[in-house]
Amino acid sequence: MAYVAVKGGERAIDAAHDWLARTRRGETAVPEIKTDQIAEQLGRAVDRVMAEGSCYDRDLAALAIKQAQGDLIEAAFLLRAYRTTLPRFASSRPVETSAMLIHRRISAIYKDLPGGQVLGPTYDYTHRLLDFALAADADSAMVPAAVPSSTEADQSPPAVTPRVLDMLQAEGLMGAEPQSDAVPGDITREPMSFPAGRDIRLQALARGDEGFLLALGYSTQRGYGNSHPFVGELRMGDVSIEIEPPELGFAIDIGRITLTECEMVNQFGGSKTEPPQFTRGYGLCFGHGERKAMGMALVDRAMRAEELGEDADAPAQDIEFVLYHSDNIEATGFVEHLKLPHYVDFQSELETIRQIRRRAETKPDTGAGEPQ
Amino acid sequence: MNGYNFAYLDEPTKRMIRRAILKAVAIPGHQVPFGAREMPLPYGWGTGGIQVTAAILGADDVLKVIDQGADDTTNAVSIRRFFSHVAGVETTTRTRDATVIQTRHRIPETPLTGDQILVYQVPLPEPLAKLEPSRAETKQMHALADYGLMHVKLYEDIARFGHVTISYDYPVMVNGRYLMSPSPIPAFDTLKMNRMPALQLFGAGREKRIYAVPPYTTVRPLDFDDHPFSLTRAPHACALCGATNSYLDEVVTDDRGSRMFVCSDTDYCADRRGEMEGDAS
Repeated sequence: MAYVAVKGGERAIDAAHDWLARTRRGETAVPEIKTDQIAEQLGRAVDRVMAEGSCYDRDLAALAIKQAQGDLIEAAFLLRAYRTTLPRFASSRPVETSAMLIHRRISAIYKDLPGGQVLGPTYDYTHRLLDFALAADADSAMVPAAVPSSTEADQSPPAVTPRVLDMLQAEGLMGAEPQSDAVPGDITREPMSFPAGRDIRLQALARGDEGFLLALGYSTQRGYGNSHPFVGELRMGDVSIEIEPPELGFAIDIGRITLTECEMVNQFGGSKTEPPQFTRGYGLCFGHGERKAMGMALVDRAMRAEELGEDADAPAQDIEFVLYHSDNIEATGFVEHLKLPHYVDFQSELETIRQIRRRAETKPDTGAGEPQ
Repeated sequence: MNGYNFAYLDEPTKRMIRRAILKAVAIPGHQVPFGAREMPLPYGWGTGGIQVTAAILGADDVLKVIDQGADDTTNAVSIRRFFSHVAGVETTTRTRDATVIQTRHRIPETPLTGDQILVYQVPLPEPLAKLEPSRAETKQMHALADYGLMHVKLYEDIARFGHVTISYDYPVMVNGRYLMSPSPIPAFDTLKMNRMPALQLFGAGREKRIYAVPPYTTVRPLDFDDHPFSLTRAPHACALCGATNSYLDEVVTDDRGSRMFVCSDTDYCADRRGEMEGDAS
């Protein structure tokens, strides 16, 4: 009987998992991909999974990508679910990005500046022609050797590469950000509430979906909350993470992570009493993620509309809208949960619509009843 | 299960959730924000209910998990297995034997007792969400008990269709104070919530809210004096057990319009069939 076919969920789940495992492995005549290959050769995917998974661990992110067959949102979800189980033994000191070991650093607002423009490993000026040599079994001999950069040749890498916006700020042209030693909020421990402070907003954006931030940032450029942005600076490189254990009383370096930071310079506010100043949009993410950091900086600035006395009627300026919909793990869960059985609810909808139609058919002239 | 704490969540997290539950019980129908964690099951699959269950489960508990009223739907199977693995508790499909019942979209037909806890999985805890998307706004409406928006929605339904067209997730007033989403249970189940001897807990993981209806609390579907709440149910008897008072699934049996109607509550249906066989022998 057909009805029986609906049952037997337990066996179906086991069979589905087996099929999934076979699909993940693919053709067994092809060597299995190793997680170190993913970590080394699919670095941008690893970076995105670490950023949206809110966990900086290249090996775990590579494992998650392998397990998820390259579905990066699924991989970020795997990493997040693992992250939740980890103990927290310390909070780091604020990261100092001006002390970053720079791999890439560009400014669109000055031709040259202290620390220089460093193009770094970018796709920006590649011609997007499929390189069929990569499809052949190209070996490492094809890879150009690294040439010592000018700074390495000087044997004197600058300890500090000043941030462009700090220079504007020193001149009084850039609005200063309020300084605070308060412990920032943490949306992974406490639920969001509104109005949400900028610490909360930036945390949510930093782990938010790259595509969502890209689209929202793009919408601000097309007139939905325009803030006239310039890339003041985009930098990518390694920074030290320091913690200060209370029993030691001084900071210790626990490792290095790669970060991408973007600071947008946006059109000025000001009034009769306050001279105009540029305003800042800030983006920061794990790994090499320029699209993400730039989208984030645009959206961060858009969400400051109300604070800066601007109209706030565009989607990117609606803080509650942005923060509640930026998380792709939450979004994919709720969208995809529509796959789960809903036949109890649908049955009640069926009865209701049949009832309304019966009523309409029996009373064709009067239609719906009037409330008394 | 090796490597994980009993019932998966670590003890400080359970304590945080229990505090939210206690607050929720103290303010029936009020949504209490809590620091929901990412779970190894996706949002939308019942992470709120799972966290509530994990926080209240003890080693002696007997757990039943249903989805659409049935114990053998895939997600119910999956959640039951999860707790078998991470808590090692006894599980059952029998409503009477369970001490904790986690549910999605149904309330069991068998009346629950004061020794049982019913844990609902909740997708959208905010009953006003479809009328006012901003949580900052709805929070204020709850604070002021300003539910005019929902009354207007019901009025418009009646004006347009002759009766209220909300067939599931029917808004209820709890203890005469808070408007509450009963989760997407059919409107048919709503009256079972009123003065239920069992504690009812509601967990919304993605929206990070917990709320509760303590035992014997008044729960009334929102309605008007001249348009009282009415039950909707397929006008059939169960094709398997003959029940005429249970909520029914409609099963399409061919492509020529044939239907059969069977109890959505599989345990209730099996129980009744067992009794009938017992009577026959």
